[in-house]
Amino acid sequence: MSEPEIGIIDQVVSQEYKYGFSTDIEMETAPIGLSEDTVRYISAKKNEPEWLLEWRLKAYRQWLKMEEPTWQNFSYPKVDYQKVIFYAAPKQKIKLDSLDQVDPELLKTFEKLGISLLEQKRLTGVAVDAVFDSVSIATTFKDQLKEKGVIFCAISEAVHEHPELVKKYLGSVVPSTDNYYAALNSAVFSDGSFVYIPKGVRCPMELSTYFRINAENTGQFERTLIIADDESYVSYLEGCTAPMRDENQLHAAVVELVAMEKAEIKYSTVQNWYPGDKDGKGGIYNFVTKRGSCEGAFSKISWTQVETGSAITWKYPSCILKGDNSSAEFFSVAVTNNRQVADTGTKMIHIGKNTKSRIVSKGISAGFSQNSYRGLVKINKNASQARNYTQCDSMLIGDKCGAHTFPYIEVNNNTATLEHEASTSKIGEDQIFYCNQRGIALEEAISLIVNGFCKEVLNQLPMEFAVEAQKLLAVSLEGSVG
Amino acid sequence: MNMLSINNLKASVEGKAILNGINLDIKPGEVHAIMGPNGAGKSTLSSVLAGRSDYEVNDGSAIFMGKDLLELSPEDRAREGLFLAFQYPVEIPGVSSTNFLKTAINEKRKYHGLDPMEATDFLKFMKLKMEEMEMDKSLTSRSLNEGFSGGEKKRNEVFQMAMLEPKLCIMDETDSGLDIDALRLVSAGVNKLRTPERSFLVITHYQRLLDYIVPDFVHVLYKGRIVKSGDASLAKELEVKGYDWIKQEVELAK
Ligand SMILES: Nc1ncnc2c1ncn2[C@@H]1O[C@H](COP(=O)(O)OP(=O)(O)OP(=O)(O)O)[C@@H](O)[C@H]1O
Ligand SMILES: [Mg+2]
Repeated sequence: MSEPEIGIIDQVVSQEYKYGFSTDIEMETAPIGLSEDTVRYISAKKNEPEWLLEWRLKAYRQWLKMEEPTWQNFSYPKVDYQKVIFYAAPKQKIKLDSLDQVDPELLKTFEKLGISLLEQKRLTGVAVDAVFDSVSIATTFKDQLKEKGVIFCAISEAVHEHPELVKKYLGSVVPSTDNYYAALNSAVFSDGSFVYIPKGVRCPMELSTYFRINAENTGQFERTLIIADDESYVSYLEGCTAPMRDENQLHAAVVELVAMEKAEIKYSTVQNWYPGDKDGKGGIYNFVTKRGSCEGAFSKISWTQVETGSAITWKYPSCILKGDNSSAEFFSVAVTNNRQVADTGTKMIHIGKNTKSRIVSKGISAGFSQNSYRGLVKINKNASQARNYTQCDSMLIGDKCGAHTFPYIEVNNNTATLEHEASTSKIGEDQIFYCNQRGIALEEAISLIVNGFCKEVLNQLPMEFAVEAQKLLAVSLEGSVG
Repeated sequence: MNMLSINNLKASVEGKAILNGINLDIKPGEVHAIMGPNGAGKSTLSSVLAGRSDYEVNDGSAIFMGKDLLELSPEDRAREGLFLAFQYPVEIPGVSSTNFLKTAINEKRKYHGLDPMEATDFLKFMKLKMEEMEMDKSLTSRSLNEGFSGGEKKRNEVFQMAMLEPKLCIMDETDSGLDIDALRLVSAGVNKLRTPERSFLVITHYQRLLDYIVPDFVHVLYKGRIVKSGDASLAKELEVKGYDWIKQEVELAK
């Protein structure tokens, strides 16, 4: 058979980003640019205690001394931090006591995104925290969660309501000076979600945060902190969208997870930030630091991510396996189309004995996009009997895109067992014709094939979101083949 | 009325002429067998009828159920009731047969203005067909054709044919690679699908299959043309004498 490029596999890219609308709402913003005053402004807006301001300033001063990293497998125009607005919040006259007081424009925005914050229309069994630009708008199902002792609120609220927890854990997994973007985030983070699950509690519902960037020229720097105390369990899901804008917007979040003894945290992301247009104009730069610490023995952390959006995705949700017998998983689907770039993967740092990690990465590239898996598996000296299994599969649609794999391994204990498997495949004209011959047209065929390719990862997502993710995959590849 | 009427069909691939004027009429309920040496153009004919884009049609026509087949997209040809059991079925990792067939059936229903089949009805229907085709349950939950043995792939093609209930079934060497028991099962399956309305175009190298699926007509394809047609006895004759005598006849006629 001749190569499929010219015949069928050459037109993947026409679907409009369906979340690309913007909301017209009165905003309150920090003066443009970044200085110590910006940091003080944000801290003052949030009425923060002195210790937190000091913490931010320390991070800021450190950040000034740091260099933007350059080891990545792609290039991007330098971000001019003096042209970014670091804080934007919808103007609210009074403090919110109930949703009735939320600006109806905001509620409408979330309705349009398919997320209802209104009592009667909420997704059953999912508690949502909605973050709009820099602030948390509303957290649903608070009372039901309170009964179980679960804390799920905006991090800005947790600073006031649960200062001892925030003070103890903020920056405990991702130190404020960990890397360039983490330092930046520590200085200017505005809001995000905070979760605490008490000892022995299984969180009765999925917790979910929905991030929305709206204002022009703003960056979004949210901070998420999840603590699962001994023998507790929580499943958390994060979703995100942004309007279509010509300029690039920066998103530099930090997520920290702490799992104590026998605790389990499942963290799922369906990332759908605006990817830019088909020529690569606009889109979000998604430079995120996500890290979990398996603090206690027999603890477990799973990262599952479905990454379809952003102009550039640059993130490595990682795990530090400190507790003996702890385990960690990373399941990833990264789809790139048009001019998108994804450089994503994970780091598994084995410190405790008998620790186990599993990495399953599925990269799908179409159009002119570049898709890299980058992973590190590190076995420390005392981590006897550590095990890792890594599987990296790439799928190419067309011949103008690229798939790359950078697996790094550092083993300092010879009782470790590491397995690595990798594959690269191409959606073939044969497969598409086979589907066509059974009455399944091109787009549907691609969606079927791609979903099959990602099945192991999609199976990890909570049911409702798996369906969403499948649709999202189909949409992001629409027009990728013709 | 003819179900399929092929007239002077000429096709080429990468500039190379492969089909050089095919004429063939198939009426509802008929079974036609096509035989012929390797490289004669048998698979090309089935691909052109199914609408594979690598092949260029240079001349002639093909009318299927009164419609100009060559004008239809491959998926619409399938939805109109043309089914091709592939000589080399492809693997689709991670997609179960169940999911694949459900998608295929519902796409066809949509085309005909019908609502999608309810999940439970679909499963019942599939169970019925599996019993009818004596299919092993495990095959339908596995990824489509992935890791299937050669024979299992072929049997799965016939199972899909049963599920999709086509009007015209084109079978490209479905018997190749089958063991004796599987050959019997596949033939029995095909015979169960025979109705006064449904037609078959069976491409094969072996008379053996035609002992089970008795054809109404046998055609010999050679160098892109049907050079000889007859009834079931022609296949028996070929089995004994091979193709040389036909090749000679063709050369002499020039
Ligand atoms: N995509 C293609 N590119 C180049 N040549 C092709 C292509 N497809 C078919 N051919 C050529 O066309 C001729 C007919 O091939 P075809 O597969 O139709 O033969 P066949 O009769 O089915 O043979 P067999 O009995 O071996 O299956 C062969 O010479 C083959 O090499
Ligand atoms: Mg053939």
